[in-house]
Amino acid sequence: MKSNSDMTEAYIDEQLKVTHFHPRSSKFNVRDAWGLWNGFKFADYYYDVDFEYFCVRNSCGTYDICPMQKYYITGADAEAMLNRMVTRDISKLKIGRVTYLCWCTDDGRMIDDGTVFKLGPDSYMLTSGSPCIAWFKKGAFGFADVKITDMSDKIAALAFQGPTTCEVLKKMGLDGIETLNPFNFRHFSLNGDSDKKLMVSRTGFTGDLGYELWIAPEFALELWDALYQAGEDYLIHPYGEFATGMLRLEAGFILPGLEFNEALKTVRFQHDQTPFELNLGWLVDFKKPHFNGRTALLKEKEHGPEFTLVKLDIEGNKCAEESYLYNNKKLDKHIGYITSTIWSPVVKANIALAMVQTKYLKGDIWAEIYYTKEMRPHLKVAKCTLRDKPFWAPARTRAKPPLPI
Amino acid sequence: MNHYDTIIIGGGHNGLVCGTYLAKNGEKVLVLEASNELGGLAATREFAPGFKASVAHTLFQFSDKVAKDLKLASFGFDINTSPMANVSLNVEGEHVILEGWGASSTLTGVSDKDAEKYREYQQLLKRFSDVLKPFWLKTMPRIGSSSFKENLTFAHLGIKMRMLGKKDMGEFMRVATLPARDLMDENFDSEQLKALLSWDGLIGSKMAPRSPNATILALLYRMSGIHEGAHSLPIGGIENLVQALQTAAINSGVEIKTGAKVNKIIIQADENGLKTNGVELESGEIFTSTRVVSAIDPQRTFIDLVGVQNLEIDFVHRIKRLRCDGYVAKLHLALSDLPKFVGLDKPDGRMVISDELDAIEFAFDDAKYGEPSKKPVMEIVIPSLSDPSLAPSGQHVLSAHVMYVPYKHKDGWSEKNKAELYERVVDTLERYVPDIREIIIHGELLTPLDLDKRYHINGGHWHHTEMSISQMLMMRPTYEAAQYSTLIPGLYLCGAGSHPGGGLMGGPGHNAAKEIMKTKVKVNS
Ligand SMILES: Cc1cc2nc3c(=O)[nH]c(=O)nc-3n(C[C@H](O)[C@H](O)[C@H](O)COP(=O)(O)OP(=O)(O)OC[C@H]3O[C@@H](n4cnc5c(N)ncnc54)[C@H](O)[C@@H]3O)c2cc1C
Repeated sequence: MKSNSDMTEAYIDEQLKVTHFHPRSSKFNVRDAWGLWNGFKFADYYYDVDFEYFCVRNSCGTYDICPMQKYYITGADAEAMLNRMVTRDISKLKIGRVTYLCWCTDDGRMIDDGTVFKLGPDSYMLTSGSPCIAWFKKGAFGFADVKITDMSDKIAALAFQGPTTCEVLKKMGLDGIETLNPFNFRHFSLNGDSDKKLMVSRTGFTGDLGYELWIAPEFALELWDALYQAGEDYLIHPYGEFATGMLRLEAGFILPGLEFNEALKTVRFQHDQTPFELNLGWLVDFKKPHFNGRTALLKEKEHGPEFTLVKLDIEGNKCAEESYLYNNKKLDKHIGYITSTIWSPVVKANIALAMVQTKYLKGDIWAEIYYTKEMRPHLKVAKCTLRDKPFWAPARTRAKPPLPI
Repeated sequence: MNHYDTIIIGGGHNGLVCGTYLAKNGEKVLVLEASNELGGLAATREFAPGFKASVAHTLFQFSDKVAKDLKLASFGFDINTSPMANVSLNVEGEHVILEGWGASSTLTGVSDKDAEKYREYQQLLKRFSDVLKPFWLKTMPRIGSSSFKENLTFAHLGIKMRMLGKKDMGEFMRVATLPARDLMDENFDSEQLKALLSWDGLIGSKMAPRSPNATILALLYRMSGIHEGAHSLPIGGIENLVQALQTAAINSGVEIKTGAKVNKIIIQADENGLKTNGVELESGEIFTSTRVVSAIDPQRTFIDLVGVQNLEIDFVHRIKRLRCDGYVAKLHLALSDLPKFVGLDKPDGRMVISDELDAIEFAFDDAKYGEPSKKPVMEIVIPSLSDPSLAPSGQHVLSAHVMYVPYKHKDGWSEKNKAELYERVVDTLERYVPDIREIIIHGELLTPLDLDKRYHINGGHWHHTEMSISQMLMMRPTYEAAQYSTLIPGLYLCGAGSHPGGGLMGGPGHNAAKEIMKTKVKVNS
């Protein structure tokens, strides 16, 4: 029989990896509250969820996106290959621009969403929440000149979000950062050293002003230090997965595992979603040449999706976690379910994303909420109001240049 | 510019059959053939001055329905030509010979027990092949279809099977996917007989006697012809069939262009989706049509002609993964005299060289690792015996299918390793025809790669894509393209890569035409 030490050997590869920023970020993780993302040790929170949330909403915070997957897609056929794979038309994307998009199975079910950066004439960077290289390679077959390179470990990336981020970056020495418009990216030099190329995109997942910083791993810590030094007076602080969950919900952004089930990992028939169900119909461009899932999506568009993801404002302050939704207060007909919900401190409302059967969207929506008070269970049936706009969308997010705070 | 109702890519027999049915239905049809002659693998071509041969050298399953529908008899094709003897050669001249066909056949060169067993075996297989026969000329139901009509086909098969009776039905289910070796071993003692009877289930596939899969199904498929799978050569040879098909096509108004290689199926994409509206030739010439029907193999149709950018990712993946590598090489010999086979009066049968069943297995073992067999096995006919026009008077053509010769040689095909293989094949022949080298005027060996290049057949594969269970029936060539229509409106398949499969039969061409006529609005003639 194997000794115990041998048995743990077998699991050595299962150990969580640490990100390029770990030597710095781990110092903040005073609660040792680690979760994981794509095999990386990843902070659920560092110190306190609400504190981190308020750092981002009131000033600025950093979110380590090293575990996010990054791929270079290059070659003369890169554009054609991508355009066949994703539902949006990227043929008009200009160099220096970023766009949000998604890609689907043959049946039009969403595999993942992400952003694509046009780096050069035949060169793109595609990001995704989960590894997707097998699918990309499948999708590249038959295109003569396409190369797909997994850059996930070769680029250190840090999201830097919040109303003061432009100021802080300026202070860090990024001259002209205020002229960087939403969904644009540009290259700067870190600490004035042109060998230390820092790519900055005005993108993010919080619905507020914010940037994402991309740099070679060997300069990751230097970037962190420069940023934290510039942000010291702005109470710069890392924020984790839990704060992100709140911030993105206020912005109305979706997450895999909550709003959608990645289609390639879905086991049960149609327990995944189409972009139309996720209210991402605007990502599907039927005017462009053929793309994967087109036929199925056209059908879906014509018939209308069975479910639609909606934003809800729920009366009261009781959290509707995992609640069922009904068509009336008497709970006659079950019409949907909550996918994510929080009490939003900035909006001061009980907000949620929910999947509702499309045909019931015109009528009333009621949530059946179970909650406890000192361990005693209670039930509340709360009225829900549909919201069209993101709950949080300050003007500075899109402002050019971002307004001074 | 001329606009056609239907353009057919490929003037093999299936393309011609499909086109003729459609033209007879009033359509304006254009057949575009890359080569300079029609017939595809059945085309007869001069391989040495005065000597001609076709790659496909016998008929065993040509559809009597197609022959009748297209009135091929009136164009000189006689489907009833009696079959030739089936001979399993032996170096000492102790051959096993199966003459005639079906219940009236006679078997010599085996023990009484084997001969008796053969009756039983032959009748059992006949009952099974009768069950399947109607399904070869039917569109298979779509997987997951809830259409009553489509599912009726399944119900029909169910009823047919029930009619076999409980015992036979069980036997059918047991036998259908059995390795040929098992079926032979449980019936016969004679190795030569086992090899002879397995042969037709194996040839053209990447399977050997011990491979479980569709070898018995392939045998039953071949038995759908009027002679229950026995081989025949019509008067005037295979050329006569192609001629008749060509005349039938032209007489019904089909326009034919040879030397017209299609490079691209034109796909139009707009807000309503995709559709095809014509083809572009290698020369750049464009022909427009309402429908395009591809009679070439599915892999090249989709990946090369349609282009992956017009197709779904997982669909393309399945097409890319189709098993398409051929394992049969073709030997053509121009002979100054009739070859003398040891112990055979006249070599007018279909002769198989494989003294034992394992000879086929061992030949396969080499090939599956990318080497041509060290001891090749083969089937031989002398087509010039029934069609003297194939050779100068008094001279002859020997035509042989050689197994197993991989499409992908592990070192890559070269003139050198091809020449070696040729010598090896002739050496093998020499054991049965000692004077062969003295009478060879010219010889050529076409590897599957050569067949691919010359006849534009992907992988040089007998059936365009392997007839394995994963690629048969409603899975042929793969789901979402198995009912002749494809994901692209207006684009259809009708070649050997579609149900029921390859072999000179006309099945796919017939079925595709029926499917098209079912779905389209009738055009006036
Ligand atoms: C070595 C060998 C021996 C065989 N022996 C026999 C036999 O003895 N008896 C039998 O019944 N069957 C035999 N077969 C099988 C039989 O020949 C085939 O299954 C049959 O020919 C398939 O017919 P088809 O019309 O579908 O396609 P093919 O006969 O393959 O015809 C396809 C046609 O399409 C043309 N084409 C391809 N690409 C293009 C393009 N881009 N543009 C225009 N035209 C194009 C080709 O030139 C060809 O003429 C044999 C096969 C092989 C490989």
